[in-house]
Amino acid sequence: MVRLPYSTALTTLFSYGLLFAFGQLRDLFRKIIDWFKSSSEDLKGYAPICLGLEDFYTRRLYLRIQDCFCRPIASAPDAWFDVVERYSEDSNKTLHRTSKTSKCLNLGSYNYLGFAAADEYCTPRVIESLKKYSPSTCSIRVDGGTTDLHTELEELVARFVGKPAAVTFGMGYATNSSIIPALIGKGGLIISDSLNHNSIVNGARGSGAAIRVFQHNNVAHLEKVLREQIAEGQPRTHRPWKKIIIIVEGIYSMEGELCPLAEVIAVCKKYKAYIYLDEAHSIGAVGKSGKGVCELLGVDPADVDIMMGTFTKSFGSCGGYIAASKEVVQYLKDTCPAHVYATSMSPPAVQQVISSLKVILGEDGSSRGSQKLAQIRENSNFFRCELKKMGFEVLGDNDSPIMPIMLYNPAKIPAFSRECLKQNVAVVMVAFPASPLLLARTRICISAAHSREDLLKGLEVISKVGDLVGIKYFPTEPPKHETKVYKVE
Amino acid sequence: MLYISINTLVTASILTAPLVVVVEIFEDFPSSPDSSHLNPRFSIDSEPSEVFRWRFARRRQFLCIRTRAGAGASRLKVEVMASAIVNATTAVVEWASMAFDAPFADAVVFGVHVDGHLVVEVLLIAVIMFQLTRKSYKPPKKPLSEKEIDDLCEEWVPEPLHPPITEEMKVEPPTLESAAGPHTVIDGKEVVNFASSNYLGLIGNETIIDSCVASLEKYGVGSCGPRGFYGTIELYQNNSEITSWAIVDVHLDCEKRIAKFMGTPDSILYSYGISTIFSVIPAFCKKGDIIVVDEGVHWGVQNGLYLSRSNVVYFKHNDMASLESTLEKLAHGNKQAEKVRRYIVVEALYQNSGQIAPLNDIVRLKEKYRFRIILEESHSFGVLGNTGRGLAELYGVPIEKIDIITAGMGNALATDGGFCTGNARVVDHQRLSSSGYVFSASLPPYLASAAVAAVNYLEDNPSVLTTLRRNIHLLWEGLSDVPGLMIASDPLSPIVFLKLKNSTGSPKNDLELLNKIAERVLKEDSVFIVSTKRSVLDKCRLPVGIRVFVSAGHTESDIKKVSESLRRVATENL
Repeated sequence: MVRLPYSTALTTLFSYGLLFAFGQLRDLFRKIIDWFKSSSEDLKGYAPICLGLEDFYTRRLYLRIQDCFCRPIASAPDAWFDVVERYSEDSNKTLHRTSKTSKCLNLGSYNYLGFAAADEYCTPRVIESLKKYSPSTCSIRVDGGTTDLHTELEELVARFVGKPAAVTFGMGYATNSSIIPALIGKGGLIISDSLNHNSIVNGARGSGAAIRVFQHNNVAHLEKVLREQIAEGQPRTHRPWKKIIIIVEGIYSMEGELCPLAEVIAVCKKYKAYIYLDEAHSIGAVGKSGKGVCELLGVDPADVDIMMGTFTKSFGSCGGYIAASKEVVQYLKDTCPAHVYATSMSPPAVQQVISSLKVILGEDGSSRGSQKLAQIRENSNFFRCELKKMGFEVLGDNDSPIMPIMLYNPAKIPAFSRECLKQNVAVVMVAFPASPLLLARTRICISAAHSREDLLKGLEVISKVGDLVGIKYFPTEPPKHETKVYKVE
Repeated sequence: MLYISINTLVTASILTAPLVVVVEIFEDFPSSPDSSHLNPRFSIDSEPSEVFRWRFARRRQFLCIRTRAGAGASRLKVEVMASAIVNATTAVVEWASMAFDAPFADAVVFGVHVDGHLVVEVLLIAVIMFQLTRKSYKPPKKPLSEKEIDDLCEEWVPEPLHPPITEEMKVEPPTLESAAGPHTVIDGKEVVNFASSNYLGLIGNETIIDSCVASLEKYGVGSCGPRGFYGTIELYQNNSEITSWAIVDVHLDCEKRIAKFMGTPDSILYSYGISTIFSVIPAFCKKGDIIVVDEGVHWGVQNGLYLSRSNVVYFKHNDMASLESTLEKLAHGNKQAEKVRRYIVVEALYQNSGQIAPLNDIVRLKEKYRFRIILEESHSFGVLGNTGRGLAELYGVPIEKIDIITAGMGNALATDGGFCTGNARVVDHQRLSSSGYVFSASLPPYLASAAVAAVNYLEDNPSVLTTLRRNIHLLWEGLSDVPGLMIASDPLSPIVFLKLKNSTGSPKNDLELLNKIAERVLKEDSVFIVSTKRSVLDKCRLPVGIRVFVSAGHTESDIKKVSESLRRVATENL
């Protein structure tokens, strides 16, 4: 876990306090000016779109550093990409695109296996499918939206993750947010990790089931919550819960931490709860043959009831899947709204997943898949190790390609981002409300497409900028901290 | 029961005590000058025991009155019990006083005669004080022991993850072996496709495919990251995916293109059609806000309404009188309602019924009652209006009057994803607070290119809409006299919705019947039509039916084929 030094916490709080005070002051002046200008007749009688402080954060904090986010690119998100340069004439309120681009090292995309760019095996097949099937089927899966590509993909995914059947959807977010309501409803209980992704949170809310949260990656707490809930039953009526589903992620996208899957499964089995594993960031990225956290942590996929994953990250496509037993998949195909009401996945995107899966499985007749997997593991561990040596506070576990570096102070967010960009390294910033207020960070995603020179260049720049911004919180001999050791078979 | 009676007694004694004490205090100062009138029947020298008896008689009377008044007539039983206990107590007190009176008969402390009853009164006060300082009674808490929890956990039997699999769930939809254009291949046989909402016939369009290929070669397939950046104004636990590197310039171009086409200042792209509406509604409507919505909206809208946690009020499907009375009820004279955000949510073309919303009436009502409007245009964008600009164009309503328009691009534009458009404030607000935008990977760039190419195509070839309208008209003519079925959709709707003239009464049986018809039409005449599918999670209760999706790509003979086939099969089945 993060250990926040006392002085840093104080300075960070002070910075936010200052920003808040200035924001309020500016709001006050805005109000006075608006008071002199009579408001237009049209809006009378309508409540404003945002009430009170609802958009305070956006107006007064986010807009000031807007240039660090949402930067458009003009090429595929490969190891290097072209960032479109932008300028602003009103201190970042509006940004204008220029026709100039600069070539930057990409340390931000989820392009874990390097399938985002043109690939000698995938791209020709994708184009062929595009010509054969067009970009869309214009229909839902249960009507006329199932092509033979969709069927092929579902069989392949099931085989890849080691489950009897699978069903695919056109969007990863919609997979979570529409599957959970189909699996559980009123009278059921969802126990969710505190750092689960928003799509899970929305899906759980949409289901109508009760939701309890356990501390991030804390299996003892999970067990405690489970025992309490089973003993107590539903609130007020104290009827026993109909079913309990525990939802965890394979790799947490903001922390880079692995889920202690074996321990979670042991607890689930002991208390007869079902387990739902979201492998959005781990499928294809970790494990000896890319089969995700199950393979990395030596867990039998048969022990996981529902395996969810996305095609957006490692496979360089879009969409998501659910792999489970044959009956569950049959039931979901009949019930899940994303299957029954949403346009089916675009056929060329389906082809991209099929081809990239074949490369990973080595069915394309080459060993590129295993090379890529070895590469990403080596790259990640090298980069993480070097960052730690430099004295940065890096979160996450070994083998995980996601490594957040702690920044803390709000002023360091734009400083770090702009300085890196100046030296042609593109990184992603994470701050409130995506992370706790005091725990702003930058997140680095390593790809198999990065060469050793790329990584060295990235390290050099980050080290320089780190000195400048002052985020090397462990300057000498980093103390042995946090990293848990997982038994890897 | 015992507990209650004890409690009542204690309460009664507490209530009585002060009065008793007051009386006693007056009586305890017999020597004081003006107390003699209080005690007229006894001289100062009266026998103590006599005084005593009188006092106790009075007190008993007193207690009885208090008990009766306090407990009320309905608690007769308690009262009887209480008076019995009071009697017993009095007897004990009397005995104790007598016993104490003897030794202290003439003790005087600070001018006060210390006699037996004073001692008893002090004791009584002490008891009362003790009772007052005690906490009110609570049943003792006995937390479950570890062993008991273990047993409960052991005994608990969860329901299975899914209900039993029925035969209907095992039915697999037909698999297409080529593009889903007006003609497609199923099981190696060429069929006429009336199941794809490819309204403009853009599937297979060369220009669009060429622009997609160019885009694929430049940008790859996926964009490997969400477009967003920060999270929403949600709790920080809701972990967002943040990256700055997934906006490809083609996304921005596509947004500009759509906004230009619609005549709005800006628009925002979503990566999936159905997630557009269910992200837009919660982005604008929060807890406490009011949403008035048509009861026939599709699941995406329903989910958005649920996630918004607003107060949702339904009005009858496409019934303006019902809408007006609902708005009147909500808005008239309701000062509270003026302070919250109010929205009307309607679909332009209802995919559950093929009806078209009367926008001019809705806009009139919205302005009268000061509601904002969210218009779902998934099936009408690119279809309705002279140039395909949607419902606003059809009714000649200025686009500024519609606050928020959303649409999926998986229909007329023959691509995927969705967009939301409106004024700049509306669009900018979503860039930070719409969960489907912020937390999801962005639309694959080639699909955005396809959307741009499709909009360009539509603007350059408005004649495609004439063909579409002609096809709809032809199909109407062909299907107007199918036995057992009637057309329930609007004459302008490209979804021709056929429902049963005589419903069997249960939607399930209706659906079975319609499925059988659709299946036979496909098998025997190679025409691909579909019935409406409903998930059990869908709350829409409109009648089920057969949906025939008309495309500008269909020829006259295709349309003749579907109407003849339907007529033949319907005659045999209904």
